[in-house]
Amino acid sequence: MTDAAIDGPVLSADGRPLKQSLRRSLRRQQWRAILLIAPLFVFVLVSFLMPIGSMLFRSVENDIVPDTLPLTVAALQDWDYASGEPPGEPVYAAMAADLQAAFEEKTHTQVGRRLNYETPGVSSIFRKSGRPVSRWDLAEDGPFRDRFIDIDADWGDPEVWRTIKSYGGRYTTGYYLAAIDGELTPEGPRLKEPDQRVNQKLLWRTLWLSAFITFCTFALGYPVAWLMANIRERTANLLLILVLLPFWTSLLVRTSSWKILLQEQGVINDFAVWIGLVADDNRFQMINNQFGVVVAMTHILLPFMILPLYSVMKTISPTYVRAARSLGATSWTSFWRVYFPQSVPGIGAGAILVFILAVGYFITPELVGGADGTFISNRIYYQFSVSGNWGLAAALGTMMLAVVLVLFWVYDKIVGVDNMKLG
Amino acid sequence: MKLKTMLLTTAAFGLAAPALAQDDPIELTFVSWGGAYQNSQIKAYAEPYMEMNPNVSIIWDESSADAVTKLRAMDEAGNLTWDLVDVVAADAMRLCDEGLAMVIDADTMLAPAPDGTPASEDFGDLMVSECFIPQIVYSTTFGYRGDLLETAPTQVCDIFDTETFPGRRALEKRPIANMEWALICDGVPIDEVYDVLETEDGVARAFAKLDTIKDDVVWWSAGAETPQLLADGEVVIGSTYNGRLFSAIEEQGQPIEMLWDWQMFDLDGWIVPAGLDEDRLAVVMDFLYFATDTQRLADQAKYISYGPARASSAPLVGQHAELGIDMAPHMPTDPANAQNTFLFNYDWWASYRDDLDAQFQAWLLQ
Repeated sequence: MTDAAIDGPVLSADGRPLKQSLRRSLRRQQWRAILLIAPLFVFVLVSFLMPIGSMLFRSVENDIVPDTLPLTVAALQDWDYASGEPPGEPVYAAMAADLQAAFEEKTHTQVGRRLNYETPGVSSIFRKSGRPVSRWDLAEDGPFRDRFIDIDADWGDPEVWRTIKSYGGRYTTGYYLAAIDGELTPEGPRLKEPDQRVNQKLLWRTLWLSAFITFCTFALGYPVAWLMANIRERTANLLLILVLLPFWTSLLVRTSSWKILLQEQGVINDFAVWIGLVADDNRFQMINNQFGVVVAMTHILLPFMILPLYSVMKTISPTYVRAARSLGATSWTSFWRVYFPQSVPGIGAGAILVFILAVGYFITPELVGGADGTFISNRIYYQFSVSGNWGLAAALGTMMLAVVLVLFWVYDKIVGVDNMKLG
Repeated sequence: MKLKTMLLTTAAFGLAAPALAQDDPIELTFVSWGGAYQNSQIKAYAEPYMEMNPNVSIIWDESSADAVTKLRAMDEAGNLTWDLVDVVAADAMRLCDEGLAMVIDADTMLAPAPDGTPASEDFGDLMVSECFIPQIVYSTTFGYRGDLLETAPTQVCDIFDTETFPGRRALEKRPIANMEWALICDGVPIDEVYDVLETEDGVARAFAKLDTIKDDVVWWSAGAETPQLLADGEVVIGSTYNGRLFSAIEEQGQPIEMLWDWQMFDLDGWIVPAGLDEDRLAVVMDFLYFATDTQRLADQAKYISYGPARASSAPLVGQHAELGIDMAPHMPTDPANAQNTFLFNYDWWASYRDDLDAQFQAWLLQ
């Protein structure tokens, strides 16, 4: 060995310093790992994070108003709703110019639709005005105020102008206000009358029915999972197939079957009448209400509780319970103090799975929910698909996401997410 | 006729003839409602058309209920995948307003009546939007189980009379039509219904009337539910589209009877989405010319009891294709059925729908 080799850095076989060489090979490994997870990462980014990001953005975005009515929004700066008067001629002239441009682009009805979410009736005056205003000569035909009021008297209503002024910005909190059943009045935002608070009621109902359904799946699923984990393998497999069989059947088929079973002229009621349990004209009301939703959803979600429970219970060694019994515990104590705590990770996993699926359920409440069994998801569907109010649908969706995240956090504090086992 | 059609559409769009390349296979996506209605369209126009033009194949997408939001999404994404869309009149008006549907010049693009009457006159008032080519008139009306009721209902207000007509009622889970019926039955004259409904007191009045039967109502959201509920005896009377009731009564032999009083008329028809490329547009327009002519619209009535939208088709309405019964008495437009009718006020509902729907949901939750 030469002196240089002893004093200088340690060299690897190719003559580079060992430290550098090691770092290089580690970096290569890192890159390989990154490349391996890249497809999943890109997939999650494109199909999950981007849609959620776009939804969050939609719930506050309000470009349509300032983009379509730039002159009007600027002209309205000087107008004060408190005056009780409609704005002056410059605002009407600005509106005429904006509407002409919007009519060309066919966006005048879109801005009307946007403002109609805040003040019903606005969409029709925009729709009505597009064509007549497009024929005006901006330089010659003024003043425009009376001409607008001729088209529709509502153009003279300060309420319409207040709406445009209040929602003239690029970003709005209006959708969130609507999502929590609020409205913007001249005196500022406030909640609607208690009996008009639809979203709050639906959100509350969704949460407590989902929690109740989760409890039902637990109460029904726990004994089944225990049985499956503690009998001969062959019988257990048969039971497993029986649990999975409905799982492979279409959701719609299962929901409709419950309709046939539970309806007033259905199988169960017919049987109850036949054995004389109820009178023919006083049959049980079991469908198109909350009861029907709970029954149908408990059945549909049951496998999501049983499977995690089963996979956890399979790993619990029977020797612990035997040891407890041999040390003098009663069968209840040995179950409750020894077996049950070991099955908690399964309960944790099953409960969160069932609860989160239930909160987002849509088809079953729609089909068997009637008036008092619908969920917030049915309302989100309506806003998205029927009403076309994507901003409000996004705000409701975001609110739902926030509530579930908060619940997840609480759940983590109580049960512990680390303490959860999916199999 | 084929050649003439081709020439006309070519002339209408100023296309060069070679662009039509007759034999190039082309696949079109049409959007409709599924079920018996889509079937009537396939039988009456699509199959005959494909027989005449073997190069054209048609795929059906059953998305009409969500057509407006889906077309908006396609427009935003810049990726139009539909070629012809069947929508109700209110949706056609929304799509036309937003520039998502193409403006149609009825007299140059659609076939005249056999006697030479131009298409615009033949369709008349039913062309409620310049983008809309009406096909049928349908109505939302009532069916009842005469065998389960002691007295047969004779007017729509009988649904609010739970003494004489005990049992459950099926109503649609939305304010449209229910609010109007409630006000009519509360004594509001028909031409004042929307003026009354525009006021807070009017809405409260309609809800108060609906309150009287709220506990007896089963709310439906899909048109197929009411015939099923009636057939099962779950309800004794219920509203739905008249074609659904026809198929339950005549095709399936269910003991259901019709109550036509104050039926709510509505229209259904085609729109051409804006932004089709020229080759596809030429074929779509050729199809439309054929599919909305007098005979084709009359043919459709052989399969479903919806009234053809052309005046000249009415006398040609014949018998049901399979059952051989006369279709005329089953049409909502038949004079015997159309004594009291109202036309769904598109414009009014376009403005107040969201607001009233929120109030309606709140009322349901109370």
